[in-house]
Amino acid sequence: MKKLLSMLVTAALALTSVFALAGCNSTAGEGGKGGNGKSGSDFKVGAIYINSQNDTSGYTYAHHHGITEAMKKVGLDPAKDLFIVDNVPEDDEKVKQAIDQLAGNGCNIIFGISFGYLNAMDEKAKEYTDIIFSHATGYLSNDKNFNNYFGRIYQARYLAGIAAGYKSLALKNNNIGYVSAWGTEYAETCSGINGFALGVLSVNPDAKINVYEISTWGDQELERQAAETLIDTYGCCVIAQHCDSAQPQIVANEKGVFGCGYNSDMTKEAPKAHLAAPIWNWDAYYATAIKAAMEDPANFMTKVGNYYEGLNAGLVDVSALSENCEPQTKEAIEIAKKMMVSGEWDVFSGVKLSFSGEAGSVAVAKTDAALVDNTGKEIVVAGGKSVDDGVIQGSMNYYVQGVTQVN
Amino acid sequence: MLDVLTLFLFNIIVYNIPLLYGTTGEIMIEKSGSLNLGVEGTMAIGAVAGYLAGAKCDSLLVACLVSFIASGLVGLLFSFLTVTLQANQNVTGLTITTFGVAFYYFIGNALSNSKGGWPTLSGTGLDAQSQAIHIPFISDIPFVGKALFSHGILVYVGILIAILMWFYFNKTVPGLKLRSIGENPAAADSLGVNVAFYKYTHIIVGSGIMGLGGLYMGLNMGGTFEGSNCWINGYGWISIALVIFANWSPAKAILGTLIFGFFNTLRVQNAALAYTFPNTLGWLTKIPSHFFSALPFIITLIVLITSSLTSKGKSGEPQAIGRNYYREDR
Repeated sequence: MKKLLSMLVTAALALTSVFALAGCNSTAGEGGKGGNGKSGSDFKVGAIYINSQNDTSGYTYAHHHGITEAMKKVGLDPAKDLFIVDNVPEDDEKVKQAIDQLAGNGCNIIFGISFGYLNAMDEKAKEYTDIIFSHATGYLSNDKNFNNYFGRIYQARYLAGIAAGYKSLALKNNNIGYVSAWGTEYAETCSGINGFALGVLSVNPDAKINVYEISTWGDQELERQAAETLIDTYGCCVIAQHCDSAQPQIVANEKGVFGCGYNSDMTKEAPKAHLAAPIWNWDAYYATAIKAAMEDPANFMTKVGNYYEGLNAGLVDVSALSENCEPQTKEAIEIAKKMMVSGEWDVFSGVKLSFSGEAGSVAVAKTDAALVDNTGKEIVVAGGKSVDDGVIQGSMNYYVQGVTQVN
Repeated sequence: MLDVLTLFLFNIIVYNIPLLYGTTGEIMIEKSGSLNLGVEGTMAIGAVAGYLAGAKCDSLLVACLVSFIASGLVGLLFSFLTVTLQANQNVTGLTITTFGVAFYYFIGNALSNSKGGWPTLSGTGLDAQSQAIHIPFISDIPFVGKALFSHGILVYVGILIAILMWFYFNKTVPGLKLRSIGENPAAADSLGVNVAFYKYTHIIVGSGIMGLGGLYMGLNMGGTFEGSNCWINGYGWISIALVIFANWSPAKAILGTLIFGFFNTLRVQNAALAYTFPNTLGWLTKIPSHFFSALPFIITLIVLITSSLTSKGKSGEPQAIGRNYYREDR
């Protein structure tokens, strides 16, 4: 009897935790009652998330927010027409199950937001040819119903770099810190660091960008300690970051220095420290993709195709500049932004920008200068065209001059 | 230059004291002959409950009490399952870990999505009370003052608990009775020691101590909740390893925590050391960071192997650990 009772209690505990863990590993999105499909349209959107749809900040939140906003924009009701499978790890079997589930729900387009969903989505796109598959941060696609999408976040980082550069000039401290999940291993982190560094250097050519690589995506404590080291040992006056939590900004706030967050405006976490953060506006892509899939699914790949946009499409941007920014920052950022939106200039080219002047009369000079890595190797000749998108997205593995990885 | 060393020593303590809480709590439980693998979950529950109550009342004392009670309740559950219902200790402990961490996310996510949102720590009384205490003169001593005597109250409490526990085990009658239960519950029972009572109380108190460690971690992290990264982040598991490392002695647990902490800090600070002392320590950067991460566990392995080879009979491991006590089997 005791044994039976104990087994029952243990089983009950285990079950509760499964429910709690998943929190809401729900298929039927926010409404849960979807399925009558009489919401003015029969179009259904499916989404596979790496974390919970209930997150209030971070990567999954940014995508979930983007999808729901985009759906409202094109006249769909996220409560009825959005089907979500969340907390899906990067495991082919689990991803395939999620896709089957969403296909069973009648979804017309399925978004997968994590890099590791790559192979499962590729495979399932061949099985469900009438569903459009769209994969963030990946590189695979086919010519009928499978695309990938990402953005030129390095452009937004360049703008944040301008804010950091002005701060370092004002403080007369050339040391800038950067807490990064990874370094040159991934083009995503590497191009982000380089974009930010070039932004800093456009304002303060003597600046040194000290990168601390923590070698993991999620470890608040390491992020914290890395930021502490950059401030205490390397004397950094601005801490930028490419990692999940706001810990580097919180540390900057505690230690009385400044910082640039990532993914969301971190001014609320670090009111005295935060300058501006590179952010994503994913709804820009989601609205384009959902609209195209609703109107003409057969030509999705010719109309949308593999999507790689930046400031021009509003996909990336910097958050509103905080009061901690130097007075020249706003003007300089607007000038640089304009040049990138118009396509007149881009970050990784053989032309460099140099900002000068006081607030109200900020001027920019464009000079031909080779893009050189931190070993002295020339990447782009002076006046040359920008580095290929393929390199920025997939194979950039060098730091530009001015960047040092400290660990 | 001195700054780097000060920071190094300071970080060893500030980031690794939770390990001491987890370890001493687990030692207390294991000394009663129970193996509780639920440290991670127990700490998570103590952390989230204590933090929220503390934020609500703006009091560190309330935070500590609630944290202790919440984790104590988890201990009560563990005792009920393993002592009264005789459930398998390993399975129960693992279940508690899964449950505790999930509970942490469940409460955290729910609260983050609610109207008021997750309570912030910055600028509150709770924050002020958990900040480093400046002890006149002592905190001002160069180097050691900052490194050893400029910490929050919970750091000192952790060390005090370890010392008191050592005293309790070795110098008091209830401590002796507890150890006898861990070694041979049948013999203790025949001498009139109430085995179930001892197990219950010590499992509850041990779990409560773990909860304080969890609370400390949350406060140390600025009290921010992340939907995908738990405050405890594996420290509960390291604590279990540290119990073996410390050979079931709370006093040695302090030493063990510092040694573990040394390598833990080296993992983060190796570059800073190499940067400050390029001639003597420049070689540190040549070692991959993953090696530093693995080092504490490699050392535990070595300790395990050497201790099992050399000191037969001297091991502090309770003989009856992990086995449930059936009075009828006696």
